[in-house]
Amino acid sequence: MTAGPGPGAVRLRVDLIACDGRSLCAEALPELITLDDWGFPITSDRAVPSRLLADARETVRACPKLALWLDRG
Amino acid sequence: MKGNAGLARPQAVRSPGTLPRLLPADAGAGPDSLARHLARYGPSPAGLGQRQRESLIAEVARAGLTGRGGGGYPTARKLAAVAAGHAPVVVANGTEGEPASAKDKVLMTRSPQLVLDGAVLAAEMVGAREAVIVAHPAARRVMDDAVAERARARFDRVRIRVRTAADRFVAGEASAVVHWIERGVPTPIASPPRVGERGLRGAPTLVQNVETLAHVALIARYGAAWFRSVGTPAEPGSMLVTVLGAVREPVCAEIAIGTEIGQALDLAGGRSAPLQALLLGGYFGDWVSVTVAMDRPFSSAGLADLGAGTGAGVIAALPAGACGLKETARVVRYLAGESAGQCGPCRFGLAAIAGQVERLAHGRDADLLHRWLGQVDGRGGCAHPGGVVRLIRSALRVFDAELRQHAMGWCCGTTSVLPVPPGRSR
Repeated sequence: MTAGPGPGAVRLRVDLIACDGRSLCAEALPELITLDDWGFPITSDRAVPSRLLADARETVRACPKLALWLDRG
Repeated sequence: MKGNAGLARPQAVRSPGTLPRLLPADAGAGPDSLARHLARYGPSPAGLGQRQRESLIAEVARAGLTGRGGGGYPTARKLAAVAAGHAPVVVANGTEGEPASAKDKVLMTRSPQLVLDGAVLAAEMVGAREAVIVAHPAARRVMDDAVAERARARFDRVRIRVRTAADRFVAGEASAVVHWIERGVPTPIASPPRVGERGLRGAPTLVQNVETLAHVALIARYGAAWFRSVGTPAEPGSMLVTVLGAVREPVCAEIAIGTEIGQALDLAGGRSAPLQALLLGGYFGDWVSVTVAMDRPFSSAGLADLGAGTGAGVIAALPAGACGLKETARVVRYLAGESAGQCGPCRFGLAAIAGQVERLAHGRDADLLHRWLGQVDGRGGCAHPGGVVRLIRSALRVFDAELRQHAMGWCCGTTSVLPVPPGRSR
């Protein structure tokens, strides 16, 4: 399961210091983001599958706190 | 550098295998003056050129020194990484926010010059012009006096500043120390980048525990082979430990890594009551049963199969008359209150988890505990939630019999031994 032509896998990450738990991301991308019992996102540690990459990018852009990013490490 | 004529005493430290290395041998002595310090240890290398810097970092690598603040990261690797950056800064971390630990305060108040030697040497090794000493409030005045004494003697080429540490549990985390110096806010900052790449004023910053720096000061003088003459081959050297709880004379002492835990308790006068368990490492550490722990070496390797480690060197003895679940509940409630409050899972999750542990301690069910431990573990901007989860999981392992007793409605614990500062609101 690779993420397009890039060299490595792409993973969703969240900066929980910036996040204030509005939970838009979990609604937009339930395949990769669930919420803990206090409403804060738990991002999947598996690579973002290529079919979800566009959605993942859109979700990152939509975060009002700029707390999500795609990690290419 | 003057000759060593008339300085018979350095031999006492230089002899391989001799302890204590870091603390004055005379337990009642006040802080060592610069003159007494130099008489004991001899002169410290200074004015290092590029090649000497590199060879000293290599010597620290050969010594196998690891961070003594609880992280255990190889010191030479950190030195080399920061040395590769542009215009770095050194921070000597004497915050010691851990309530069960006293070793950094004792080291700073009794051997302040050794800590300063280490901070100055680390600054020279990485090419920094400035070292900031972050001292626990209890050690601030002694550090100020020690710095003033060096300034009068024009001892250092590196500028030394002293700051009083924030008196909070999370304040000792590397990025929190930087945040505190720069903004007066003792909370961790999001990483990456780590402070080694971008820390104080954006400069690569070496944040190193004060005990680690004191070891650096001795490795620079006496070399790696001397350092390795105590300890184990895999975990060489000595370390400071704080022994407290149900012991006759709670003490901060220096032991060779790998010393049997029972011997470490003897340094505190031995047990003052029958014991049931030990808390090892600190409040991010682990409970272990006393029946399996007493003859174990106090080292990572010696404790790994018990799920424990040496952490920040805390050995706390829990008497049979205390309740491990109640002790854990008190500490967890304190740690939940010490959350920086920046990350949701830590801020809300730890408070919820503390409630669950209190329910267990009162013999009630705690159905959500495991779910919440899983949801909080490893998340957030620093190691705080993970450390609390670790402590609770060890309590569930070790106090299994008590858990069943509590569920049947009885608890015999009456005394409490673990120090917990009074609560505070954020």
